[in-house]
Amino acid sequence: MTFELSDRVQTVPPSGIRRFFEIAEERDDVISLGVGEPDFATPWAARDAAITSLEQGKTSYTANRGRRDLREAIADYVADRFDLGYDPDEEIIVTAGASEAVDLAFRSFVDPGDTVAIAQPSYISYEPGVIFAGGEVLPVPTYEEDDFRLTVEGLEEAGADEADMLVLCYPNNPTGAIMSAEDLEPIAEFVREHDLMVLSDEIYAELTYDGEHTSIATFEGMRERTIVFNGFSKAHAMTGLRLGYALGPAEAIGAMNKIHQYTMLSAPTTAQYAALEALDSCESDVREMVAQYDRRRQFVLSRFREIGMDVFEAKGAFYCFPEVPEGFTAEEFAEEVLREQGVAVVPGDVFGAGGDGHLRISYATGLEDLREALARIEAFVDGHA
Amino acid sequence: MSEREVLELLRENARYSTADIARMTDLEEDEVEAAIEELEATGVVRGYQAVVDWDKLEDERVRAEVELNVRLDRETGYDDISQRLARFPQVKALRLVSGDYDFDMEVEGDSIREVSQFISEKVAPVPEITQTVTHYVMTSYKENGIEFGDGEDDERLSFSP
Repeated sequence: MTFELSDRVQTVPPSGIRRFFEIAEERDDVISLGVGEPDFATPWAARDAAITSLEQGKTSYTANRGRRDLREAIADYVADRFDLGYDPDEEIIVTAGASEAVDLAFRSFVDPGDTVAIAQPSYISYEPGVIFAGGEVLPVPTYEEDDFRLTVEGLEEAGADEADMLVLCYPNNPTGAIMSAEDLEPIAEFVREHDLMVLSDEIYAELTYDGEHTSIATFEGMRERTIVFNGFSKAHAMTGLRLGYALGPAEAIGAMNKIHQYTMLSAPTTAQYAALEALDSCESDVREMVAQYDRRRQFVLSRFREIGMDVFEAKGAFYCFPEVPEGFTAEEFAEEVLREQGVAVVPGDVFGAGGDGHLRISYATGLEDLREALARIEAFVDGHA
Repeated sequence: MSEREVLELLRENARYSTADIARMTDLEEDEVEAAIEELEATGVVRGYQAVVDWDKLEDERVRAEVELNVRLDRETGYDDISQRLARFPQVKALRLVSGDYDFDMEVEGDSIREVSQFISEKVAPVPEITQTVTHYVMTSYKENGIEFGDGEDDERLSFSP
């Protein structure tokens, strides 16, 4: 038989970075700046907690929403770090990565025909997630002249007042942009005025280098219409353990849990023990990793300026977003620098509206490799000047 | 504060160039140079050395950790004993420690015979030293915060979201 794919699956194109994988495979000297995950190992205390839990045979399902002690620890953590107050019994769900939480939210709140406004450039999985849920995507581009921050003008121009939902991701993947409390205030007002729901992906919140991270859910009237996503992948270097969580009003989290309990049942148990330990005792590890990213950020920004490529002053996450020199599209530059110099970068248009003409550079890579990669990019740029 | 940052980077890799440190700390190169000069002048930075995995070399290098117990009298203190021992080039590190013994001494030589001779002929006869316990280093897994051994390949996907 032939498989008849659903329209929804057929609608979603393959990942825009798949072709680059194949080119990268051809060489064995590739330095990758295309990686969106920490190069640090999970802090040892968290790994040890995971090992101990296995030794003790703690390998059964947990409560659907995650272990109660982990939910309590998450509630304490978000209250302490981000001024967010959520009830561990009703308003928190632990998921297999923040990605699962985002998917649950789309499937819980998007009906066929609903419009989801997405501030772009953005993480590549939001758009397919909306389509899989039957919704329609409304791209809301952000621009370098606004420091890639979302503005009310941008929302109005895109027609987001008619949308049902708005997706935010700050600090942003791929630009590294952040939104301050002053930037978020008018967005919150717009959202309330036009009765939008907000999905706020704050997975990079700890990786904020300039000022403090503010969650949009802390503004008046926003808690009841916002789902906040976070997780352990980025700040705690736990990507492979797949552990995230969502925070929101009881009714909304209950709806997400309904899908979660029929599909995932519960997040990986071993990872939950690691996460509990990560919150309990790994704060200094997180601070040290953040300090390292910050040094690399400054190094990379400074080198791009020396090379003569315009680069946006990223203030969060572990990406920077330089402009492609004249004479190239982002895709051409990414392909040729990979073929000629063996440096893997991601073209910005993969991340949607506003990303074209840019490259996403991940500095979640050791400084020696960064130095070599930037030297190769410099040689490439000089060779094509 | 910037001096502390420069210090941390030098501890991470003393071969970072002034230009690299400047880029990482957002300081000017001459500010970095000044900070390093200050750290050296005030004796905070005492020197720069390579972290060596001797097992990778064919030449034998023997190292030992030596526990020393001493008996003090009115004229002789820990500092006097330490000064006498620290002058020997074979002594690579010497620390006064708390616990079951007084000094923790690292000794290096070209052969077990050389190290043994040094301890028996130069260290043990020091009148205040009452006991030495020598532990020869068989394998080193980590030195100065740097882990030895393989497993440093980056196994991450070359691209990820």
